[in-house]
Amino acid sequence: MSNAVTPLGGAKTNIGGLTLEDMGLQGMISLRGDLSSKALAKAVKAVTGQGVPELRTANVMGGKGAAWMSPDELLLFVPYAEADAAVATISETMKAEHHLAVNVSDARGFMRLSGAGAHEVMSKNAPVDFHKDVFTAGMFRRSRLGQVAAAFWLDAEGGFNVVCFRSVADYVYRLLEVSAEAGAVDAL
Amino acid sequence: MSTRLAKGGRLIDSTKPLDFTFNGKRLKGYEGDSLASALLANDQMMVGRSFKYHRPRGIVASGAEEPNALVNLGTGGKFEPNQRVTTQELFDGLTATSQNHWPSLEFDIGAVNQLFARFLPAGFYYKMFIHPRPFWKHIYEPFIRQSAGLGKAPTEKDADTYEHFYFYCDVAVIGGGIAGLAAALEAGRSGARVLVMEQEAHWGGRAVVDGVMIDGEPAEQWIDNTLAELDAMENVTLRERMMGAGVYDHGYVLGYERLTDHDPKLAGPRHRLWRIRTKQIVTATGAIERPLSFAGNDIPGVMLAAAMRDYLVNYGVSVGDRTVVVTNNDDAYRTALALVDAGLVVPAIIDARPQGGGELMEEAIARGIRVEKGRGIAKVKGRARVTGVAICAQEGEGAVLAEIDCDAVAMSGGWSPVVHLWSHCGGKLNWDADQAMFRPDATRAPTGDKGQPFVITAGTANGHLYSAEVLVDGYTAGRTAAQAAGFTPAATEAAVGEDASQAPLLPIWLMPQGAGHALKSKAWLDFQNDVKVSDIQLAAREGYESVEHAKRYTTIGMATDQGKLSNINGLAILSQALDEAIPNVGTTTFRPPYTPISMGSIGGAARDELFQPIRKTPIQGWHDENGAVYEPVGQWRRPYTFTRGGESKHDAVKREILNTRNNVGLLDASTLGKIIVKGPDAGKFLDMLYTNMMSNLPVGKCRYGLMCSENGFLMDDGVVARIDEETWLCHTTTGGADRIHGWMEDWLQCEWWDWKVYTANVTEQYAQIAVVGPKGRQLLEKLGGMDVSKETLPFMQWADGVLGGFNARVYRISFSGELSYEIAVPASQGRAFWDALWSAGQEFGVMPYGTEGLHVMRAEKGFIMIGDETDGTVIPQDLNLGWAISKKKEDYLGKRAQERSHMADPNRWKLVGLETLDGSVLPDGSYAIAQGKNANGQRNTQGRVTSTYYSPTLGRGIAMGLVHNGPDRMGEVIEFNTTNGGTIKAKIVDPVFYDKEGAKQNV
Repeated sequence: MSNAVTPLGGAKTNIGGLTLEDMGLQGMISLRGDLSSKALAKAVKAVTGQGVPELRTANVMGGKGAAWMSPDELLLFVPYAEADAAVATISETMKAEHHLAVNVSDARGFMRLSGAGAHEVMSKNAPVDFHKDVFTAGMFRRSRLGQVAAAFWLDAEGGFNVVCFRSVADYVYRLLEVSAEAGAVDAL
Repeated sequence: MSTRLAKGGRLIDSTKPLDFTFNGKRLKGYEGDSLASALLANDQMMVGRSFKYHRPRGIVASGAEEPNALVNLGTGGKFEPNQRVTTQELFDGLTATSQNHWPSLEFDIGAVNQLFARFLPAGFYYKMFIHPRPFWKHIYEPFIRQSAGLGKAPTEKDADTYEHFYFYCDVAVIGGGIAGLAAALEAGRSGARVLVMEQEAHWGGRAVVDGVMIDGEPAEQWIDNTLAELDAMENVTLRERMMGAGVYDHGYVLGYERLTDHDPKLAGPRHRLWRIRTKQIVTATGAIERPLSFAGNDIPGVMLAAAMRDYLVNYGVSVGDRTVVVTNNDDAYRTALALVDAGLVVPAIIDARPQGGGELMEEAIARGIRVEKGRGIAKVKGRARVTGVAICAQEGEGAVLAEIDCDAVAMSGGWSPVVHLWSHCGGKLNWDADQAMFRPDATRAPTGDKGQPFVITAGTANGHLYSAEVLVDGYTAGRTAAQAAGFTPAATEAAVGEDASQAPLLPIWLMPQGAGHALKSKAWLDFQNDVKVSDIQLAAREGYESVEHAKRYTTIGMATDQGKLSNINGLAILSQALDEAIPNVGTTTFRPPYTPISMGSIGGAARDELFQPIRKTPIQGWHDENGAVYEPVGQWRRPYTFTRGGESKHDAVKREILNTRNNVGLLDASTLGKIIVKGPDAGKFLDMLYTNMMSNLPVGKCRYGLMCSENGFLMDDGVVARIDEETWLCHTTTGGADRIHGWMEDWLQCEWWDWKVYTANVTEQYAQIAVVGPKGRQLLEKLGGMDVSKETLPFMQWADGVLGGFNARVYRISFSGELSYEIAVPASQGRAFWDALWSAGQEFGVMPYGTEGLHVMRAEKGFIMIGDETDGTVIPQDLNLGWAISKKKEDYLGKRAQERSHMADPNRWKLVGLETLDGSVLPDGSYAIAQGKNANGQRNTQGRVTSTYYSPTLGRGIAMGLVHNGPDRMGEVIEFNTTNGGTIKAKIVDPVFYDKEGAKQNV
């Protein structure tokens, strides 16, 4: 596992007051099932320590938690090295009901954009209302950035955590960089 | 001549001179100037040539509606054609050149066209160029292309950057005049999120220039106070230099913000395209003054009356020393009064109304201005600029009563509300006969998802010409919009506007009303495209009754200004010619954008490396460093081959294939689609998706499968592996991964929603490497950790394990006919695993191979390729893949379609191998010719090439193709066409050219 690398290779950029950084290896599990089921809640709790997130929210703290992806799908966050074990735990906990848990840690790029104006940088690329009174901490969207699929949430420290497909991680990183370099809009 | 006055100009700072050039001539302007005002201040009356007749063209308007004054702006990477000088702010060092003339603006060869104007009437192109047919392609089209377009295309890459911005609000106000500001104020006070956009750099619209009083003070005071109040509101966003470009369904609005056009030295993007979602829209877009149609109304120096007032008041520029005002309404009197106030001469006001005007006329008369009632202009004198006008009776045919020397003419034919944005999404209009204008019909507004109106119009855009009404309308619109967006605005007292009362306007569509052909053919409607009154009348005579048809036939309103000045005048002339009421003729369709927006803004950040996302595998870095020549496959770039030294691509492919067949090759197969399908109904589901059985595939085994569309056509293929009792992993083609995943979800979500199946696209979770060739097993054994022997891991099985320290899933599948392992490892370790294979493989002569090697090797084995052997019209039966179609299954997607008579027709072309007699390579896409010709006189065909390659293994050309009755014609020689006219003879053979028994892959 020591030879595992992220698609962004630990990149970090400071642009004005903004910081864009590779978040490193992060365990992620795609979990599909009945989000109202007790077994699912138990499995989520067991591997993330968190409850099932509400519609369009994420409850990720310190690399552990869950994000609402669709009415029958969550994206779980666990330490990278624990992802396979977590999948096994979920499968065991939910063995009595129809579900799908699959390790997607390596299929992802994962980065964070923080600092003053981060919400405007996001607004240049995703059709989402990022107004500070609207898109508050814990809000999550499965949407797009520029021309590719992306999911993101705002953490309590004011940073946007961005998850995208591994193959386009450098595109998303560069897109955010260029959008940050272009300067503030001063409209949000 | 036009010049800068010693005093005046509220927008310019005469202490800050700016240098600019026009056609290379160095000129001076001031900060705050528009390019138009600066040109006029330098007596640059003529600024361009019209499109068809190359007539001299001067500035006619002062805003976005300008049809004439278009220039090439900037140079090199900043060059842009067709820029309106009226909306371009002056900056130091600006360079502009005029358009559509050769060799120079002053002397233009193309102007000879106007001598032949009588031979170039409406529809000329249609009439002239239709016969003889071959002339179109060889003579007319090249000629028209040569002369088409006003500006020049840029030759260098755009040096500027652009961006998009998504914005959400409750109320979007388009237009920052007093109506828009009033609406914004009322909506803003309610707490609604409000966005106000003003296309110009200044707020307040026409109110200041028109001398409007608000609450007893000059309008400027109220505008400043209102802006200050709006600015202080957290919930209100004010943007100037931002045009509301378009209104679309469900409250979607495009805003076009010009950030650096006024000062290109500023950092940051040049334009920003705002993609706005709003609950309610207020269009406070004002009105556009209409020209009057009299002979010579296109001569430089003839200008809209209000525009002339703008230049005078805003920029201290006079268009002429002696200005004749011609009008059918009271508003133009304001221009006469402003000119006289500035010390200029107004020899006469020609008022077409027999009774003349009201209060403003009285004032003009009191100031000693001669007012000629019931008169019109028979014609304007002058060529490149106005030298005088001939006066006639408006009711007559144009007999000249008097001539007046002048160097400018200010004309006003009344006002047309800017209803464009109201109309973009379906807002309807009513004809107001009293004011001679189309006005938005509030009862037929554009509607949203629940049928609720989402656009409200306000102010002059709503047809109100008095500022008192405009303000009340603005407040009301703001309140209504806020309410509709879910807020409860407190009714505040509207500010009170005040201006002179006006006598009614008299609609004048032609001056004089009885003008004969000679005058009508010099009375311009569309200045840019050279459409005259006579052209519209001709179109009507020739049967063009629909306004949309007349528009296209005459090209009225089709220039870059989209008929902002010409539309209403044109359709009025058309309605007269048709003896129809104006509302019965109707308007042409208003479509976004309001004025052209830059291509760059549409692209936004999508340029250079962000133009298109290119997907990269975890091993891409190695490819980059090792001579990979890429080809696009879906959004990926896959190595086509890896060249070494000075090797050609052809030689590299040959080397890679021979090495793979003799030693061992590595292929980065990470791009292959990998979709997990799991659930109690997963087997049933896959049996429906694939033509063959997947439910009975034993755990641990692999099976090749075909997927068809519901129309029966083959659309994807790949190897399916059974992972456990409830789980399958489906490999798809590289390009098919996302599409097939979407296809699965479509069926699961829309049709078989009660089936218990979940899917997940795990394509990118794994780096997948094919280790191919007779020494492949030795290589894996050297890495160690897994038993990869034939006994433990036979062909078409898979196993999980740890290989060389990597968690790996190893599939024994082969697309090359060789001993082959496809090994999936976590993508994060993909590069490390490739490196491990690379170093361990050195002693076995390992080499990477690319997609071309892959293609050739599969063709040598007769394996089909989706996209080569299939093209959306091919069914599996055509490819002799009947063995992969289950006869046992009751149904699968495509089954019923494949039973249709045409699909079951024995005459369908079928897959065969093709071997040229001379060993050469058949041309790609070549057709097999047959006897005779078809009904179109084309040679009959009996087959076509689907894949063709040079096979290094066999040392000759090989091909696959679809041939009529092909499989029954083995050994027969048929001929294939070539692009140079000859044919190539090829023998029909079995498509498996190499190792027919499959001995090499099954070891």
